[in-house]
Amino acid sequence: MAKIAVQFTLNGSERAEFVESGSTLLSVLRDKMGDTSPKAGCRQGSCGACSVIVDGELTLACLTLAETSNGKDVRTAAGLSSGDVLHPLQRAFEEEFAAQCGFCTPGMIMAATVLLERNPNPSREDVIEAISGNICRCTGYEPIIRAVLAAARSNSVAA
Amino acid sequence: MGLTLQTCATVAEARSALKTAGSRYMGGGTLVVRAANEGDLTFSTVVRAVDPALSGVEVRDGRARIGASVTMSAILAHPELQVLAPAARAVGGPAVRNMATVGGNLFAHAPYGDFAAALLALDAVVSTEEGELPLDAFFERRDRLEGTAIVTSVAFTLPSPESFRFLKVSRVHPKGAAVLTIAADLREEAGVIASARIALGAMAAHPVRARAAEAALAGRPRTREGVADALAVALEGTDPPTDAIASAWYRREVLPVHLGRLLLS
Repeated sequence: MAKIAVQFTLNGSERAEFVESGSTLLSVLRDKMGDTSPKAGCRQGSCGACSVIVDGELTLACLTLAETSNGKDVRTAAGLSSGDVLHPLQRAFEEEFAAQCGFCTPGMIMAATVLLERNPNPSREDVIEAISGNICRCTGYEPIIRAVLAAARSNSVAA
Repeated sequence: MGLTLQTCATVAEARSALKTAGSRYMGGGTLVVRAANEGDLTFSTVVRAVDPALSGVEVRDGRARIGASVTMSAILAHPELQVLAPAARAVGGPAVRNMATVGGNLFAHAPYGDFAAALLALDAVVSTEEGELPLDAFFERRDRLEGTAIVTSVAFTLPSPESFRFLKVSRVHPKGAAVLTIAADLREEAGVIASARIALGAMAAHPVRARAAEAALAGRPRTREGVADALAVALEGTDPPTDAIASAWYRREVLPVHLGRLLLS
């Protein structure tokens, strides 16, 4: 199979790879670029575990052909922390026990990131809607909802 | 996985690319890439068109024309399409809505295709390179059109917020695939229903009109007694699937209940 070039910004760094034609963004991120924060869950668009942010929009990496991301800005959960300093959402997930097995966590945090970028003071209903495409089989969602609301509060205190 | 993506600047170019055996047209990718991920080997080339005309929305004199590549998120963000927001919001979570297109939704098989059910209730007309086709006729020929025709836009008369009703029934809240979907455009005059168009999603392989129920509503008041005859014939023309979400029996049992609630709400 022909190899094709993909080139995009990943968490602020220019990245380029030759990949098999038809590769999904998820497989390029995980297998070629070593960013395993987006998870391969259902590969059907049902679970949200592969959620990343492409040009500011929440995107399912498992349903995105990598070459359609050429020239775009791709952000993953791996790019949120600054060294050892966690992002407020990561800290809130830790403090609220919003991660149990952790498989859904990067996707949840990406969905919450887009929400808080657009709506710094979300209601509980806004949070539920924002994470409605992400499935969690451990927490029952309540700790995740609390964590996103707590991160929003800590952001508004910081600002 | 051995897929070749062919990106075309125009619809005409994409249409000629589709003549190659083993090629399939892709809108947002939520159906086609999903199929590839599931091991569908019936196609090896994916064709997409990045023609800006496919992403346009035009609202003029109460009539809307939506390009096939317009996403559910774009519909939610469009101030003149807010009457359709409940139907656009019914499709997936935010990430799916950022990818899923109006054109693609027409090709979604049950239990998907919630937005297409709304378009059917609005008597939408589908445009392809070959011309225009009423949506119900399009659904009858959908399997043959898939892979040969490219939907370029859908057009319909915008309903008033009072006349348009939409209900998606799922078992998982707030998001889940449809047990069934009902979209209705009801026009009332002088205390009775003057005309009704009702479309049912997940009650057949593609959305279908509940024509017997529509006829039974004409001239009746929107009361429990007034809609009773329509509910009695609501299942006419349906052939619901049995899938992981619900059995055909369950879908048949609950349709009249939900249709009644929607009509009387």
